[in-house]
Amino acid sequence: MKLINHESVVKRMKPRLSKNSISKWIFFALTMFVLLILGVLLYRIFSQGLGYLDLQFLQSLPSRKPENAGVYAALIGTIWLMAVVTPVSLLLGVGTAIYLEEYAKDNAITNFIKVNISNLAGVPSIVFGLLGLTIFVRALALGTSVLAAGLTMSLLVLPVIIVASQEAIRAVPNQLREASFGLGATKWQTIVRIVLPAAIPGILTGGILALSRAIGETAPLVVLGMPLFLAFLPKTLLDSMTVLPLQIYNWTGRPQVEFHALAAAGIIVLLVMLIIMNSIAVLIRNKFQKRY
Amino acid sequence: MDTQKTNSFSVQKMIQEKKKRKSAGGITEKIMPYILFLTAAVSVLTTIGIVLTLIFETFLFFDAVSIKEFFTAKKWYPFSETNGSFGILPLIMGTLKVTVIAAIVAVPIGLASAIYLSEYASDRARRIIKPILEVLAGIPTIVYGFFALTFVTPILREIIPSLEIFNALSPGIVIGIMITPMIASLSEDAMTSVPNAMREGALALGATKFEVAIKVVLPAAISGIVASIVLGISRAIGETMIVAVAGGSTPNLEWNLTGSIQTMTAYIVQVSQGDAGYGTTIYYSIYAVGMTLFVFTLVMNLLAQYITRRFREEY
Repeated sequence: MKLINHESVVKRMKPRLSKNSISKWIFFALTMFVLLILGVLLYRIFSQGLGYLDLQFLQSLPSRKPENAGVYAALIGTIWLMAVVTPVSLLLGVGTAIYLEEYAKDNAITNFIKVNISNLAGVPSIVFGLLGLTIFVRALALGTSVLAAGLTMSLLVLPVIIVASQEAIRAVPNQLREASFGLGATKWQTIVRIVLPAAIPGILTGGILALSRAIGETAPLVVLGMPLFLAFLPKTLLDSMTVLPLQIYNWTGRPQVEFHALAAAGIIVLLVMLIIMNSIAVLIRNKFQKRY
Repeated sequence: MDTQKTNSFSVQKMIQEKKKRKSAGGITEKIMPYILFLTAAVSVLTTIGIVLTLIFETFLFFDAVSIKEFFTAKKWYPFSETNGSFGILPLIMGTLKVTVIAAIVAVPIGLASAIYLSEYASDRARRIIKPILEVLAGIPTIVYGFFALTFVTPILREIIPSLEIFNALSPGIVIGIMITPMIASLSEDAMTSVPNAMREGALALGATKFEVAIKVVLPAAISGIVASIVLGISRAIGETMIVAVAGGSTPNLEWNLTGSIQTMTAYIVQVSQGDAGYGTTIYYSIYAVGMTLFVFTLVMNLLAQYITRRFREEY
């Protein structure tokens, strides 16, 4: 007598196996669906915007006539914004990371700072806008200036830089520090000459990613009251300015189709900037990443 | 020359110089920790600044509008001089509608992608798909807003003729797409950290791959998965530009999804763009709304942290 009834085994396995193969295709199809949407999004924007994208578009100030309008003011504004956000957020972010990884004792204050940073990362960007409006625009009377926008954005991206820098500093092996101490270096000398150089690729990668978030954010700047439409360029840190996402927002909000095409062209400029920055980040990560 | 130099060489001088240099270095050595601590304090000050700003300005708002009206009135109608009404419920309703739609879109797709990537995909497929998901997560929200208004809404209007130009459906779906990569990649992290021995054990007992994924891996990674969903929803609540562009500016308490709505974030944007004078009730109202928004997202984030800590299974 056979102990296993082959037929009944097959009969019982069949629905399970078909469920298995069907579900596999469902999971695959849904994943592809996400990728497909990215494709559609890019295709739509490029097919809509490429017609308007030329040198004149990059060199013109915004205008009420779609055919004369351009992103020059917004592009320059975005560069100004980066010029403020980069030093401020890197100094504060890397400083915090060094403190937490190299100096901080394991006590309640340190713990509080860490919990605080992870919660800060989850605060909606528009709330940072309210903070910037109260502190920088009103209390410090900076107005809707490059500086006010830059400082607000620096605070917004700070958690990203801190976490990336912390990881980079933590990845530096302790032997390096010990060797440095062993040769008579002080703690600060070790940090500046040994730890930071070893951690710099990770810090830069995180910094570039944070910066690309800063130039794509719109909501906080709208709350600050930054102009959506500006026909002159900032000359000092205290001048008003507009940036690419605001210009895109302005064009998107208009009913005419021509302005939507302009918005698409502006989006292409923004996306190209982001792609370039992200490629640099990947390049740094691949080229300078040392394995200890 | 050389001999002269060695002649003037004095050990005592050298020691003195070294001491001088050392004390100079000693100062840097001593003050650096404090300077670094100050930079670390900035992030704490930011939080304190956010909380204090919101609280103070919200109190000023409650001088003009009673707390009871804020939480129970059924109308948000701030721009009227004579009979304005500040009941936040319609704005919360708008946020809720968009968030629920986003979750309905993002949770199944995000989880399916996570399961596919961690259980089925070959290494090569994973290496291609994961960066693309990262690209999707890095696209600025204003771009999604543009996409919602100029692409998703027209398509939906073909399907549902009664759909208004500004509605809850289109921004909800697009926010869902926006948070899908986040849910997918965080859930995938949680699922890949489930040890292979568990999968192999289940497979050896005759389970199919699907059964392993659903009955073994999913329950084992559930804390990470739920946390990723909660974080995704928190992002959806705080999302601004998509709803500001495609959601409209008509706060209402109705349940329909085809009409124009206004979320908490979109209201703040609307007021910031207009010229509500500094010190008016409307000006302070954005802080009260911001405070409500802040509390919502903070609760969600704390919940996510609690879930990861409390229900984490250690292997």
